[in-house]
Amino acid sequence: MLRKKLSVLLAAAMVAAAVVGCGGADQTAAPADNAAPAEEAAPAEDAAPAEDAAAEGGEEAAPAASGDVITVGYAQVGHESDWRTANTQNYQDVFSEANGYELSLIDCDNDNAAQLEAVRNFITQQLDYIIIAPIETAGWDTVLQEAQDAGIPVIIADREIAADASLYDAWVGTNTKNEGITAGNWLAEYLDGKEANILVIEGSVGASATLGRSEGFKEVADQHSEWKILDSQSGDFTQDGGQEVMESFIKSYEGQFNVVVCHNDNEAYGAMDAMNAAGITYGVDGDVILISFDATHDGLQYTLDGKINCNVECNPIQAATVAEVIQKMHNGESFEATTLVNDEAFVAPGIESQYATTMTEDVLAGRAY
Amino acid sequence: MSKLKSLTKKQLFLPIFSMILVMLINVIYDMACGNAPLSFFQIGIKNGFLYGRLIDVLNRGSEVAILAIGMTLVVSSSAGTDISVGSVMSLSGGFCCMLLAGYGVARANSYALPLWVGLLGGILIACVCGLFNGFLVAYLNIQPMVATLILWSAGRAIGLLLCNSQIVYVRVPSFQILGAYVGFLPTPILIAAFCIVIAALILRFTALGTFIQSVGINKKAARISGFNSARIILITYMICGLCAGIAGLTATSRIYSADTNNIGLNMELDAILSVALGGNSLGGGKFNLSGSIIGAYTIQAITTTMYALGISSAQAPVFKAMVVILIVVLQAEPVKDYFRKMTAKKAAKEAKAA
Repeated sequence: MLRKKLSVLLAAAMVAAAVVGCGGADQTAAPADNAAPAEEAAPAEDAAPAEDAAAEGGEEAAPAASGDVITVGYAQVGHESDWRTANTQNYQDVFSEANGYELSLIDCDNDNAAQLEAVRNFITQQLDYIIIAPIETAGWDTVLQEAQDAGIPVIIADREIAADASLYDAWVGTNTKNEGITAGNWLAEYLDGKEANILVIEGSVGASATLGRSEGFKEVADQHSEWKILDSQSGDFTQDGGQEVMESFIKSYEGQFNVVVCHNDNEAYGAMDAMNAAGITYGVDGDVILISFDATHDGLQYTLDGKINCNVECNPIQAATVAEVIQKMHNGESFEATTLVNDEAFVAPGIESQYATTMTEDVLAGRAY
Repeated sequence: MSKLKSLTKKQLFLPIFSMILVMLINVIYDMACGNAPLSFFQIGIKNGFLYGRLIDVLNRGSEVAILAIGMTLVVSSSAGTDISVGSVMSLSGGFCCMLLAGYGVARANSYALPLWVGLLGGILIACVCGLFNGFLVAYLNIQPMVATLILWSAGRAIGLLLCNSQIVYVRVPSFQILGAYVGFLPTPILIAAFCIVIAALILRFTALGTFIQSVGINKKAARISGFNSARIILITYMICGLCAGIAGLTATSRIYSADTNNIGLNMELDAILSVALGGNSLGGGKFNLSGSIIGAYTIQAITTTMYALGISSAQAPVFKAMVVILIVVLQAEPVKDYFRKMTAKKAAKEAKAA
């Protein structure tokens, strides 16, 4: 009897947990403006049979079947950061109905399986083009083959993919190695032959941004015999991590370093707090040159204030470039297999550079993320 | 000699010995590098604040030390672990920042509600989480790991939901007080010390500690002798939730923002490890709070040592694992037995020779 009661209660708890879980997922997506397009995807599914019928009747190519509207599916990574939210927003703005597109955007919440499912859905719906921002680099061969068999062009956006280039049609994104090189070039220009003793606070171990930024920066550093990278440790892309690593760096290399490179803005905030506590000055008027990546709104505010010397962006505004490629495909013109989205760099007021834009209030005002 | 022997028999000898062992690595490294051999232990005042690696260990280890208090009690009473503490930390920090900044606001330069409301809110929601866990374990007899698995996954998600999936910054200087400095002392050290002292006083001057241990040793027997076993288990889970709340607010205040994705990430494992490193059995029953606290600081000492040695981040986990294995093996019963036998043999030989 007791056992029965218990099992009933347990079942109730499980249901309750499931409801809480589902509710959480739904509502977390909603504020990020991702729910709306996901809902829009539903009517598109309903419409699919009708389109099929039209296609059967006319035996025409898919784009023509849906009139002038180009249907595009975007399997987005998730909404884990301000950067990602800006990226999503950008796609919604560019692939709007006013511009002649119908966008099905699926927020995959960093779930690899969900993303594969989303792409399969796009294939079943026979959309005209599929854009994937891959969560994981590997494991895409089967689903890409399915898309190819269905005759739907696939564009890989933002991140790299470990699949044969014949399985997808184009790649559009940023190159994190170039970001590292930009940071290095700027430092060389700024120091103008002076010595540099560099401490690096890396991102998460193994992340593509960490690898690229390290590699690019090191490439420039290797060309300068007067530069020395004293130490390089991971701050896990977090403010707390950046602070802890910097605290330790200060103790190990007290008075020996004059450059700190942080792999994202959050780490830079932490490093600044650690230097504040130890009474070390940084930025334009300080002893230490601070370089950061990402160039988010808050990061650029610090750049404008002269606390961060140079902030190299990783551009989330990629949709226009993708749209260009799609237009070329649509018109049957030749298109580039890989397109790099231009990354800018920003430097604090008072610094002029050929590699970077000097920060002003206007630049900051135009920064939504 | 006999003094040394009685020292090694003390329960806390091994945890303390392990911590010293970890710190000795630094001394050896510094000597090999030609630095001052004791530079790891140097404490000074810099820029008006306490400064030194030892201070870093105490400061950065605060959260895990606070968690270790609650975890020790939970392990003792229910022979299981509360794996939700990391998520609860994140939830309490997220809720606090949401109250202070207002819902949907990502950056606040002034409070929407008074500071104490935010802090109280954060603590309360953590206590509610503890109550929920405790209810499942104590009254529904669900395995502790399964019961706390619910909040392990849901806690962080609810935190994200409260923060509108953003990192919520509260850029008001008074909010940073918990994670920054009071006078020349880092506040987290004070908070941890305060929690430890309160816990020690309660365990010393009330019978709660005895109750918890008797429930942990034999729940049924404790109930028959007149203890309300279920309520005692519930209380331990609530204390654990409270500790997670305090740790969460400290971690949030450090970075003056609710980074719900990262606050307290994997910290439940550190908390459980510190209980084990403190020489406590994860099977429940008798416990030693000081051991767990020392365990918590040992874990931080390993991390700080790794930074000091400049071990690359990719190799650090391997190094950490090796140190942990060494400490755990040293404390394993068969190993202890072996050493006991060896010393007994030696004593017998000496006696024979005499």
